[in-house]
Amino acid sequence: MTEHSAQSQGATELLAFRLGDQEYCVDIMSVREIRGWTRATPLPFAPGHVKGVINLRGTILPVIDLAVRLGMDAVAGDERNVIIVVAVNGHTVGLLVDAVSDILSIAHDDFQPPPDLGDSRAAMCISALTLVDDRLIRVLDLGAVLPRQSADAA
Amino acid sequence: MSDDAINAIRASFFEECEELVESLHDALEQMDRGTGDDETVNVVFRAVHSIKGGAGAFGLGDLVDFAHRFETVLDDLRSRRLRADAQAIRLFFQGADLLHDHVRAARSDAPPPDGADAVLHALEALPLTRAPQGAGAVDFTPMLIDLGFAGLAEDQQALNGTVPWQIRFTPRHGLYASGNEPLLILRSLAALGQARVTCIAPPDLALSVEAAEEPRLTWEIELAGDVPEVDLHEAFDFVTDVSDLSIRRAPAPTGAVETAGVSDQPASDPAETAEHLPPDRPKPDPRPEAEWLPATVRVDLDRVDRLVNLVGELVISHAMLAQSVSEAGIAEHGAVSGGLEAFQVLTRDIQDSVMMIRAQPVKPLFQRMARIVRETSLAVGKTVRLLTEGEATEIDKTVIERLSDPLTHMIRNAVDHGIEPPEVRLAAGKPAQGTVTLTASHRAGRVMVEIADDGAGIDRDRVRRTAVARGLIAPDAQPTEAEIDNLLFLPGFTTAAAVSSYSGRGVGLDVVKSAISGLGGRISIQAEPGRGTRFSISLPLTLAVLDGMVVRVADQTVVVPLSAIMETVLLSPENIRRVGGSTELLHVRGRLLPLFDLGAQLGFRPARGSERDQIVILTAQDDGSRAALVVDAILDQRQVVIKGLSRQYGRTPGVAAATILGDGQVALILDPSDLMAGARAPAPAPVSLAG
Repeated sequence: MTEHSAQSQGATELLAFRLGDQEYCVDIMSVREIRGWTRATPLPFAPGHVKGVINLRGTILPVIDLAVRLGMDAVAGDERNVIIVVAVNGHTVGLLVDAVSDILSIAHDDFQPPPDLGDSRAAMCISALTLVDDRLIRVLDLGAVLPRQSADAA
Repeated sequence: MSDDAINAIRASFFEECEELVESLHDALEQMDRGTGDDETVNVVFRAVHSIKGGAGAFGLGDLVDFAHRFETVLDDLRSRRLRADAQAIRLFFQGADLLHDHVRAARSDAPPPDGADAVLHALEALPLTRAPQGAGAVDFTPMLIDLGFAGLAEDQQALNGTVPWQIRFTPRHGLYASGNEPLLILRSLAALGQARVTCIAPPDLALSVEAAEEPRLTWEIELAGDVPEVDLHEAFDFVTDVSDLSIRRAPAPTGAVETAGVSDQPASDPAETAEHLPPDRPKPDPRPEAEWLPATVRVDLDRVDRLVNLVGELVISHAMLAQSVSEAGIAEHGAVSGGLEAFQVLTRDIQDSVMMIRAQPVKPLFQRMARIVRETSLAVGKTVRLLTEGEATEIDKTVIERLSDPLTHMIRNAVDHGIEPPEVRLAAGKPAQGTVTLTASHRAGRVMVEIADDGAGIDRDRVRRTAVARGLIAPDAQPTEAEIDNLLFLPGFTTAAAVSSYSGRGVGLDVVKSAISGLGGRISIQAEPGRGTRFSISLPLTLAVLDGMVVRVADQTVVVPLSAIMETVLLSPENIRRVGGSTELLHVRGRLLPLFDLGAQLGFRPARGSERDQIVILTAQDDGSRAALVVDAILDQRQVVIKGLSRQYGRTPGVAAATILGDGQVALILDPSDLMAGARAPAPAPVSLAG
């Protein structure tokens, strides 16, 4: 589906994935790896979107249920789901999503700024929208998705 | 081009400076105790001189200037123009402290410390006497010592670089009665190094029926090789109370003893010393500690930490292997289980060895405390001396680093609040000079650090009144003495009538306590009115692994540190008592303990009544009380590798860290004290129920 010709100057490569019946994507440069679903160990008294922690080759990796974070129903959490390991602001975090769907190369001109969606949870996390073959792809702003470290540490 | 190389040399120069400052302090302390000799003075001089030399090479002007002026004064001492009386030694200590400050300032490119000039002026103002000898005779002394090293080196090689241990071991009746066997102990000693065992039987060893059960034998073991003392004590771990045991280094050959005799006369005539020295040449010289230092290498801490992490992985991978073996149903196979067991023993040995690399003696830390005592006592107008014991005790580097602040705080407290002013002490029949004792030792797999002062102890009436005034306890409460003492650890608690600049600024013992708990340690306090106060800190040997009990609660697997568990009890309806609707108490041997459902405490399930056949873990709290935690099952008891939890989502109450279990799952490591502290505070409980 991805056309090499589109990979010209001014294009961004994105990893697209499904959450429920919607498609989202993140900049592929922030993706470290994609893992199959692993049962996460819940953290007591953690916010609802924090699914817990998993063992990533010996380090403890926090996992976030992206659907809950965006105000949707929780991801079922079974073998069909995947965890996308991303690095943001020096932290490594796992994003639990339904499934990875595509790798896209989108020219900068094809991005549309999101219309004013108010301040719903999801709207705060979307940096742009784009249409690929009539599918609406929502580009996530990872910095907004992941909790602010400074605020949480305080 | 060679910036890196120069930085590396510079870094190693500062490392050397730290060592030189340490030896400088050692030598000054020897002089202070009156056990120093000419060589001690030389050590002092050489330390300052070497720092000056190195500093010159790196163009550290301020450090060179200070060291030079200090050295000039010390040169007067070396050439006997200056007498090392108490006042001079006190100034030397201040000089050494300032030198240390200068080194640190130079290291971090900071401006030089203040107050250097005042001390230098005081040093330079020390009265000089006329030199009894010409300068030539004085310079002659170090020459002789240098000659000594040549003969010494050969001697030391013959001894394999170490002095043998001499151990004398006499079992008493109880040793045999408790099923211990000297032969096994002797064998384990022989495994440590080259052992020569002599059995000493009394000459009147008659075999009669009456005397047959009386132990009569004594063993003397000479153990050569590089064996740490703690290993020796470990060999006798189970029999120390049922045997007479002495462990010491083999006495130095006679020559050294003779020299020590000479050194007892302060400022002995160099000519006389020289007369004594030549026959001593082939024997070890009078500086016992310096020459038995084994060869060492400097290693980057990062490399060691990498090794520590890898060993942690090894422990986890062993656990995983053991689990797959048992799942495959071949655990019963003799060779497989034997191999796994050997693997486990090896893993543990490697781990212990790696941890020993990270371990460092507490001596530099204690020396820093000696400085705190000097400065604080000067500031508050008391005379206080610091006695240290167990300076060679080794603790994990990180623990030592993080122990510095709490220890400083407690030492200041001891000097400022603990020790009374001289006139009060004299009136109480105590010597005017107060004593603070700092002790480190290994005990039962943990490190004990104790800070004791011989001051007034704790004014319990005042503590109680203050606590009532602040609403910390009810006015009609009748706390026990221990409970009153523990009030001191509450946040913001201070009884100091006058807030001095050194302690009692509202930053109290609660900060000390949380720093210690952050290290997985515990702190306790014992006070005796009029006799003094003693703080005991118990610390884990390492921050990387812990022995834990793996338990299941609400379908989750969690680890409870074994050090926090007192006992486990099977729950039965008979030993549960209810208070009101939801509060449950556990009745154990006449004591009633609050009963908590661990699952509810962690928010994994709503609180519910306890059921029979559940298991209760009794945990020791920091304040000495106990709490009972209900769990669903105990799965295992094993060593786990501590993995830090990211603080990204804030601190999780009651959770200290995480670990990875044999099946690759992450399990949380609990901190029962923290968990219970949250449970006792009334606010959070209803909130978690509502949510």
